[in-house]
Amino acid sequence: MNIERVNEIVEGTLLFAPDAACSCESAFASDLMSDVLRYYMENTILITGLCTLQTIRTAEISNIPCIVFARGKQVSDPMLQLAKENGIAIIESGLTLFEVSGRLYQHGLKSVQEYLHSKKEEDRQR
Amino acid sequence: MRIEYHIEGGDFSSGGSASSAVRKTLKQFNIAPLLVRRIAVVLYEAEMNVVAHAYHGTMTVDIRPTGIHVVIEDSGPGIEDIDKAMEEGFSTATDEVRQMGFGAGMGLPNIRKNCDEMKLTSTPGEGTRLEIQVNF
Repeated sequence: MNIERVNEIVEGTLLFAPDAACSCESAFASDLMSDVLRYYMENTILITGLCTLQTIRTAEISNIPCIVFARGKQVSDPMLQLAKENGIAIIESGLTLFEVSGRLYQHGLKSVQEYLHSKKEEDRQR
Repeated sequence: MRIEYHIEGGDFSSGGSASSAVRKTLKQFNIAPLLVRRIAVVLYEAEMNVVAHAYHGTMTVDIRPTGIHVVIEDSGPGIEDIDKAMEEGFSTATDEVRQMGFGAGMGLPNIRKNCDEMKLTSTPGEGTRLEIQVNF
């Protein structure tokens, strides 16, 4: 699913989309960044109500290509700047975390894999 | 290749910038993306621990052909009970740290899970030293 389609589904405002086309296969909903760091996040959308610079930083570290800020949270200029520097798409949505998650699930996005699985994948890449 | 970064305690707006810089450096080398991610997560967790708990610290990164070796040393309150700190869910984080989405007691266990070697030592009232190794 591409970023524009995600934006349509969550009735969002697309604040930034990187030039490179990105296709997301899964999503993860959390306000706890410590938990985001525990899972495999390749091609995964982060759905969150936590609107801080560290949300963007956590996404960067985890290779997350797109963040949907739910519950009408408004992204600050420094956050948007950091997202642009790191090529992370940013969507604001007035829907709740539950509704954003439900709609994306209904449209075929999957849950993330446990990081345990990704370590096997990493070994295969070596 | 050896690089040293300064980390300022309590500076949440810059927190993670050292890990971000190392991640960008590693991406330039021919290292599997998931391995880069694993290293970035380890460094970010460690860096945020300094930001959240200490006064200031340094992150010394040594990139070798066989792997990455990192020492994170801080001046701060230190850790009273290291075994307890390694337990999932144990945290002494302030409300401010929790409002940033951290402080759930997952950091140190997550570091241990993602690195190949980990050595944590601390002197209460002085500071903490974390040494980690991730093999390529």
